[in-house]
Amino acid sequence: MLELIVYGIIYGSIIALGAIGVTLIYGILRFANFAHGDLMSLGAYMALFLIQVLFPMLGVPQERFGGTSFGWPLILALPLAAAGTALVAIALDQFFYRPLRVRRASPVILAMASLGAAFIVRNLIYIFWGPDKINYFPGLVRPAWQLPFEVRLRPDELIIFGVALVLVVSLYLFLQKTKLGKAMRATADNPDLARITGINTEWVRIWTWIIGAGLAAIAGILYGVNALLYPEMGWGFLLPLFAAAILGTVGNPYGALVGGLIIGIVQRFSTLWLNPAYQPAVAFLVLIVVLLVRPQGLFGGRS
Amino acid sequence: MALLEAQGIVSGYEEMEILHGVSITVEQGQIVTIIGPNGAGKSTLLKTIFGLLPPRAGRVTFEGRDITGWSPERIVRQGICFVPQTENVFPSLTVEENLEMGAFILTEDLRARKERVYELFPVLRARRAQRVGKMSGGERQMVAMGRALMLDPKVLLLDEPSAGLAPKMVELVFEKIKEINRAGVSIVMVEQNAKEALKFSDHGYVLAAGENRFDDAGPALLHNEEIGRLYLGG
Repeated sequence: MLELIVYGIIYGSIIALGAIGVTLIYGILRFANFAHGDLMSLGAYMALFLIQVLFPMLGVPQERFGGTSFGWPLILALPLAAAGTALVAIALDQFFYRPLRVRRASPVILAMASLGAAFIVRNLIYIFWGPDKINYFPGLVRPAWQLPFEVRLRPDELIIFGVALVLVVSLYLFLQKTKLGKAMRATADNPDLARITGINTEWVRIWTWIIGAGLAAIAGILYGVNALLYPEMGWGFLLPLFAAAILGTVGNPYGALVGGLIIGIVQRFSTLWLNPAYQPAVAFLVLIVVLLVRPQGLFGGRS
Repeated sequence: MALLEAQGIVSGYEEMEILHGVSITVEQGQIVTIIGPNGAGKSTLLKTIFGLLPPRAGRVTFEGRDITGWSPERIVRQGICFVPQTENVFPSLTVEENLEMGAFILTEDLRARKERVYELFPVLRARRAQRVGKMSGGERQMVAMGRALMLDPKVLLLDEPSAGLAPKMVELVFEKIKEINRAGVSIVMVEQNAKEALKFSDHGYVLAAGENRFDDAGPALLHNEEIGRLYLGG
């Protein structure tokens, strides 16, 4: 039981990192970004390229940290892949979404465009890396710690949770304390008023992509460390991401964090009764229940 | 030279033309009130002056500079601030954060400016850390005006500042508008509460069906029998 909660929190923190991006993009750019899962995959594969191709060529030391499956290459790959994914997201925005925005396209059109972007990104991954399941660090045995209450935890998993925690705390401080963070919250509240007030909303949008795509990339990499990479990995995350964002009230990044953790725990608990392959269906079930019972989410005052 | 001038403004939404050539003039230090029946185009005029709607014809000049068709972001930097009638605050932000957003384009320390707003609206100082979404209509209106004042504008455009407020609150908001004006800020406001507003207005314009009908000094309009009958309810 306890073990499932622990696994749920770790898995949920990966969902939360993605869901925060979904909710910020929805709040500020006003559309459902169906390409978000594929941005996760893109980040994971960019890290794969760095770890398996570029870093060995540059002679980055390959030793692992004690007990974990990774070393410096992964630590270096995290910010670099996040930056690379953010650049791709900004390019998609400028060449793809912005022209639609200027023409005042409806949110549905933008969401469909993002679905197209999702296919493009995923197929680029197929072209460059192929359909196989790949491990960041093949052939490594990753021993688990035996903790009380029959909890087995691998050091990797603890670090995944640690990275997610540091990112969420940093995001909280950014949104609460910095001028740009406050402007992002203001723009999510009321984009028209933000413009009237003189907030540079175009700049706010670009930073929304940087943060949303950067967090998605890191979520993808963390998932890859814990499991395997394959081109459909991010697509499979889309349902849990949206379930978490909606459960935590769309537009509310702190809600997305809570939503992500809940979805993660519920999905892991479902394995007590269900074949693990049905986990995305469990997220779908949660999504339906939320939409029926409390469509404004856990933290929505207004309906 | 007039501070703010709109000449022959033609404007509207999509295929619907609402203003068919409206002109107003605001001198430095004046309170100018625009009245008229619903659908006369009062709000449309403010939005067009502030660049939220592109004028199809006509000219807007501010301090002698032609600002016709400028974006709101650019107009704000010239010293014109706008308080819309509804949705004029950021509900999930605190009072203090709302004020800070009002001065987003500035890089300086904002303490002195916030202090000035809190002096004008002492009730906001006590509630500075509260989220605006949970506050009453009157308090929101104060936050909205305070946010606009953070930039120390030369002209404040107010769209129905008393709409939906309790009579006591209306009185308070009008008092504050006079106080802001005494500090040197010129005011252009659209008001449904015409009788009260014209009393303290230097100049008033009556719009009807997208055109200028009358204009005169505020109190003079109040005492004009025809206007009283047609637009002020007797």
